Amino acid sequence: MAALAESFGRGAMTNHWVDMKNSDVILVMGGNPAENHPVSMQWILKAKKERGAKLIVVDPKYTRTASQADLFIQIRPGTDIAFLGGLVKYIIDNELYFKDYIVNYTDAAFLVDPNFKDTEDLGGVFSGYDPKKKKYNKSTWKYQLDENGIPKKDPTLKDPNCVFQLLKKHFSRYTIDVVSEITGAPKEKILEAYKIYASTGKPNRVATECYAMGWTQHTVGTQNIRCMAIIQLLLGNIGMAGGGVNALRGESNVQGSTDMCLLFHILPGYLPMVRASHVDLKTYIKKTTPKSNDPKSLNWWKHRSKYIVSLLKAFWGDYATPENDFCFNYLPKLDDGKAYSWYDLFDAMYKGKIKGFFAWGQNPACSSANANKARQALSKLDWLVCVNLWDSETASFWKGPGMDPKKVKTEVFLLPAAASVEKEGSITNSGRWLQWRYKAVEPPGEARRDAEIVDELYKRIKALYEKEGGAFPDPIVKLNWNYGDGEVDTKLIAKEVNGYFTKDTTVKGKRFRKGQQVPNFVYLKDDGSTACGNWLYSGSYTEEGNMMARREKIDPTGLGMYPKWAWCWPVNRRVLYNRASVDLMGNPWDPERPVIKWNPSTKKWVGDVPDGPQPPLALGGVLPFIMKPTGVGTIFGKGRADGPFPTHYEPAESPFKNILYPKVRINPVARIFKDTPVDKLVLGGDPRFPYIATTYRVTEHWQTGLMTRNMPWLLELEPQVFVEMSKELAKEIGVKSGDKVIVTSPRGKIWAIAVVTERIKPLRIEGHTCHIVGIPWHYGWRWPEDGSGGDSVNLLTPPAHDPNTSIQETKCFAVNIKRA
Amino acid sequence: MDVKFTRRDFLKLSIGSLVLSSLGINLEPVKAYAKELKIKNAKETTTICPYCSVGCGIIVYSKGGKVVNTEGDPDHVISRGKLCPKGASLYQLANNPTRLLKPLYRAPYSDKWKEVSWDWALDRIAKLVKKTRDKYFIYKNEKGQVVNRVEAIAHVGSAALDNEECYILQKFLRALGIVYIEHQARI
Repeated sequence: MAALAESFGRGAMTNHWVDMKNSDVILVMGGNPAENHPVSMQWILKAKKERGAKLIVVDPKYTRTASQADLFIQIRPGTDIAFLGGLVKYIIDNELYFKDYIVNYTDAAFLVDPNFKDTEDLGGVFSGYDPKKKKYNKSTWKYQLDENGIPKKDPTLKDPNCVFQLLKKHFSRYTIDVVSEITGAPKEKILEAYKIYASTGKPNRVATECYAMGWTQHTVGTQNIRCMAIIQLLLGNIGMAGGGVNALRGESNVQGSTDMCLLFHILPGYLPMVRASHVDLKTYIKKTTPKSNDPKSLNWWKHRSKYIVSLLKAFWGDYATPENDFCFNYLPKLDDGKAYSWYDLFDAMYKGKIKGFFAWGQNPACSSANANKARQALSKLDWLVCVNLWDSETASFWKGPGMDPKKVKTEVFLLPAAASVEKEGSITNSGRWLQWRYKAVEPPGEARRDAEIVDELYKRIKALYEKEGGAFPDPIVKLNWNYGDGEVDTKLIAKEVNGYFTKDTTVKGKRFRKGQQVPNFVYLKDDGSTACGNWLYSGSYTEEGNMMARREKIDPTGLGMYPKWAWCWPVNRRVLYNRASVDLMGNPWDPERPVIKWNPSTKKWVGDVPDGPQPPLALGGVLPFIMKPTGVGTIFGKGRADGPFPTHYEPAESPFKNILYPKVRINPVARIFKDTPVDKLVLGGDPRFPYIATTYRVTEHWQTGLMTRNMPWLLELEPQVFVEMSKELAKEIGVKSGDKVIVTSPRGKIWAIAVVTERIKPLRIEGHTCHIVGIPWHYGWRWPEDGSGGDSVNLLTPPAHDPNTSIQETKCFAVNIKRA
Repeated sequence: MDVKFTRRDFLKLSIGSLVLSSLGINLEPVKAYAKELKIKNAKETTTICPYCSVGCGIIVYSKGGKVVNTEGDPDHVISRGKLCPKGASLYQLANNPTRLLKPLYRAPYSDKWKEVSWDWALDRIAKLVKKTRDKYFIYKNEKGQVVNRVEAIAHVGSAALDNEECYILQKFLRALGIVYIEHQARI
């Protein structure tokens, strides 16, 4: 998500599932929709059948998606940037980019500070690298500004300091030979893939890309996606029907839970979390609101103050007034520069700094990298509250493998929750559609809905603070909390999320009464007259009713946008950045697939909800990427921790040299934890762990498997953990399919059943044979109850993380395998 | 229902149907009737699959407070009635012998779970939250800046919750001053 936000402005799938039918070329890399998002495959197959679209699959293993592909290429895990970097070079060398698009809608023509130095200049690092802190000082990563503070440009793209020329230089050594040597893929196949993909640089040809955890779970995860974003910008494939960079998210509501910001660094609607240096609301707004001097840039985040004040009003209601800074100081503040992310959390817990812990609808004992550390950390807690449909490896950790309950002090609560069909509410799919679910039955036994459990807990804690006082009780006792007496009414919550007027007020010439729902976020204000729980969802539950529950099957454009089916953020816009799908006069680049089109007589857009209602650029309108202060798509990603351009670095536990940058083997700013005895890592090859392992999912299971290992039909289909390996490796270690083997890494060991296949082939890398094995991660000791499923592969995965997102590198690590 | 139909009758009918259909006799009314058996008079509600993020539509049929059948929603514009093995198993999520039915509690150093009442569990958790929060509340950081936070309590989860639940959950956690808030999106 960090890469997409850096490139385009929003951290979400750009297009949506049905839209894949509009593509001419579909690249699946870092994902496997046929097995992990199976029903979406019908749209990919429809594009193939009806448009003659080409499907290219690049993966460490031959997947079921690959079985449908026109071209499949096996690459070594963790070499995606080499593969994609070669494609950037191919597009530039052969002038296959969409020039009008990149000159007008991206920063390709922007001039960069001449003091900026590339990895080509400095042997693998960018200017500003501090080897002691393992961090960059980004002061040279900036555009040159003119006297009005607007970036200087060279529309001819010839200036050696322009982004386009810097990009060209950056990838100049990513030749097909080098790409082949790093990835292990054959040259002719690489070239074929490049030819097919780069054919979409024409206005009337569009390619899309689908990725998932195969790209994010790397120490270069953000830059994998950044590289793709750059390619899509070069080819003019963003904003177009059938285009985009599509993050296929893994859970039914992980888009929604991200939008609601159950994450340390953001508040609902992606407002930055408050830091200690934000001494008051004014400072917060000043420091976090981006500025733009370009009159053509809408710079949508300039509205930050309206969204944070409306959020504070939703939180603290009538208590939040202009006089008390809208209760700004009730929000907890993070220390500047400090991360409180997933692995930091378990690190702090392991070190005894965390005393109480909620694991709510989640099973970290199986999902955390280096899961042994998470399991041991749980034993250092005073108390643990788990909320789930089933007992889990997390809730029962105290009786898990290697634990002696008599020595575990942790007090544990396990609260039974209701399943999706036992409650009412909305979830947001990967394409940003909010769909409403209805309650079919009551939860079984005494199980209760999560909303009810939160409500009960809050009310009891509030009562204690009212009665006894305590540390800083105000944020709790004054919290605005009215979701019904007795049963929580989720519609009331949905209405607060949408936002309402707190007093009679006039906005944009329209009069609204106190208590009325706001029509959408355009009507939010920063004077306290509106309350809104999540500005991005504003428009989802209006005076017209619950827009998320809509089920009208009309499709006026024929592009599958279904504008009256459910509701889509933001403001029901189905294709993000759609202003980039038209030329400067508002005519679609591709007249056959017009997402939006300017009607000069009515002076209105037709089609999808445009990214801003302003007229086309040449008619006094605005630039298409309205969430970026520059207004354009970003090739030079100066906000990232590890560089403005993606660079090939080896995975942390790769046994290979970095042939492009011999002095900088791995991402120099990767987050690697090593200050506890359980954080073990082999940097560089170690003969004790000669094979490369990657993790993946199977269709029949989901995540840690808690919601599938308990389902007899599904467990029967995939009963236990396995390790998939090539015939060659199997022969080398004397194993045949069905044998039980022991897989070890520096962190731990698991048993698994060997599955010897043709789907993974050994690769030839730097003159060595490279064996790759794949292990699904859905298993755990608690279910099935007889232990016949095995345990989580995350017991083996390393404590190495992406420096931007702190996402764990579970897609590539060192293991050994022996017969049990 | 007026006509009692046993499973055996149904099987006979099915086998017969195979023979008849191969003879080219129209069996649609019979099939429709057979299908009616399970879902006749059942309440019909729509839902969205709780597994991956495609957002497929499912129709849930319930009778007497029990889910009796689940199937792909043919009207759903993304899934068009199709489901994968997980979505097609939703019935077993609602009818599952291993689901938790009561709050469980494990005392320090104990080797077993014990069933407890909701009231007892929620009161005990509320007290523990307050005790931990009061003891470890941080008003100011080392630099002397006001931070009003609690680092001794952490939270993970969850993408398995509805939007409305996620919203009140993070509101609750932030009002408590908790800063270690994470979930599936990070991993």
